[in-house]
Amino acid sequence: MTAASPRVERYSTGGRVGLVLAAALVLALLSGPFWLPSDAMRLVVQFACLLAMSQMWNLLVGYGGLVSIGQQAYIGIGGYALFVLANQLGLNPFVSVPIAGVVAALFALPTSRVVFRLSGGYFAVATWVVAEVYRLLVANISALGSGAGVSLTAMLAYDKGTRESITFWLAVVLLIVTTGGVYWLLRSPLGLALTAMRDSDIAAESQGVAVGRIKLLVYVLAAFGTGCAGALYFMNALRISPDAAFGMDWIPLLFFTVIIGGIGTIEGPIVGTLLYFTLRQVFGDYGAWYLIALGVVAIVVMIRFPRGIYGELAVRFGWRFFPIQRILREPK
Amino acid sequence: MPSPLVEVRNVTKRYGALTVTRDVSFSLEAGEVLGILGPNGAGKTTLFNVISGDVAPESGHVLLSGVDVTKLRPHERCRRGIGRSYQIARPFGGLTVFENVLVAALFGAQSAGADANARAVDVLDLTGLRSKANRLAGGLTLLDRKRLEFARAMATDPKVLLLDEIAGGLTEHEAAEVVAVVRSIKERGIAVVWIEHVVHALVAVATRMLVLAAGAKLAEGDPKDVLASADVRRVYMGIEA
Ligand SMILES: Nc1ncnc2c1ncn2[C@@H]1O[C@H](COP(=O)(O)OP(=O)(O)OP(=O)(O)O)[C@@H](O)[C@H]1O
Ligand SMILES: [Mg+2]
Repeated sequence: MTAASPRVERYSTGGRVGLVLAAALVLALLSGPFWLPSDAMRLVVQFACLLAMSQMWNLLVGYGGLVSIGQQAYIGIGGYALFVLANQLGLNPFVSVPIAGVVAALFALPTSRVVFRLSGGYFAVATWVVAEVYRLLVANISALGSGAGVSLTAMLAYDKGTRESITFWLAVVLLIVTTGGVYWLLRSPLGLALTAMRDSDIAAESQGVAVGRIKLLVYVLAAFGTGCAGALYFMNALRISPDAAFGMDWIPLLFFTVIIGGIGTIEGPIVGTLLYFTLRQVFGDYGAWYLIALGVVAIVVMIRFPRGIYGELAVRFGWRFFPIQRILREPK
Repeated sequence: MPSPLVEVRNVTKRYGALTVTRDVSFSLEAGEVLGILGPNGAGKTTLFNVISGDVAPESGHVLLSGVDVTKLRPHERCRRGIGRSYQIARPFGGLTVFENVLVAALFGAQSAGADANARAVDVLDLTGLRSKANRLAGGLTLLDRKRLEFARAMATDPKVLLLDEIAGGLTEHEAAEVVAVVRSIKERGIAVVWIEHVVHALVAVATRMLVLAAGAKLAEGDPKDVLASADVRRVYMGIEA
């Protein structure tokens, strides 16, 4: 009976298209410093940072089921870690970006001890409280510029062109590491466990998945990615302050990119971040109108397409540019 | 004397003022099929939850081959050989049927790569789900969801399999198929505990029967004797003896 055994297929046509598109995009971006004007480069860096933060938040909320409204803690810790490492310890600022991510991950370990005691809404509130505590701590340390913040003086050692190019390339690396990393993770056995947890953590646990340990891992990984993104964001801005770094403003932004784009998919945050930057470029000069446009888009999408824009397209057209599924192909 | 495969020792579970499991004890050997009967709310599912570790009992112990597992997390118990299904199916809706079973093979049975794939395919064959391997589990019919619960529990490579109402709502023919599958599992040397209201399905395969009423053990023993007992007829089937 068991003659030829079935094959497990991992790629689809959409998946190949996705990889080719991604590779082409990365190559085009890598040459960016040779042809993009300064302000466009700055915009791409911001885009990469927000997308990285969104992918990390999506991993946390969309897969880990950890609804955090306190990821700004790691944006801020990553950002300030960069300023301390580069300004005060004299490390190369560019090398300091990944180290800042590690610092954020190190802070995540003890923080998880506190917030993981709670679940659901209490967990969410706890993450926010913790972020506020970090903000207040930083605002009271004069060596970190207190409430007024500090400038990244370490960058004065580089001329404008070098500074902008390297920051830009780091952003491209950040894109690859976060979006590519999430893709790789989700295709792995661990990713299968994450998706299972997203759908039913009780059943996943009873199937042998160490749900608690995986949630902790996701929390620490998300802190690392978010910390790197925070560091790069404030490297691009050349200045940091507690309110900008640890501010609550980041959260509605992440809600917009992830939930409007399509939570629980890799493509969703990309669509959401693109939409956000498009709206910002088009309506950004209109002040209140810009915020109204963001709100209207958010409400319309949430009511009409609860799965988010990409979630809806994926269901309707069967699109998958980052396929993570395993198709069982019976022998002919 | 060697320890039994599974031993439930004086388990009591309360929800607030309600005692849902009342000092229940029983044990089980490989190759046995223990049928559990009891009216709605008797505490059958709760007993499974205590064995699998989904809920912690107020008192009592669960032992697997003589090792106390009462303090272990459900995933650790699963890896040691306790596989379970849920009465209300909990499919991983965004994964395919094959992937659902693969989760159990990878993490429960802790097999890897091609072994895990082969294990998953085997179990799909056993439960008649192979032709639906690539469907999203979220879109399955009620019947197929039950099959999937069964398949995932089997894919964890259990020493003891806890089945919670997998034959409810099936036709005669389908129920007979389930009975045949349970019998083949028993012949592999796996112990089975099967909660079912479909009495004739249970009787067809059970080597022993346990009746719960209001959280307490009302009767235990040979299936025919248990069903014939006056208490059981009164409490369970509403028949006045
Ligand atoms: N999480 C819970 N919180 C409070 N009460 C609960 C909980 N779970 C179960 N109960 C109560 O415990 C009692 C036993 O429930 P259980 O699900 O074990 O019954 P059962 O024998 O499986 O019933 P059924 O045949 O309907 O599946 C019921 O009265 C139920 O309402
Ligand atoms: Mg029940």
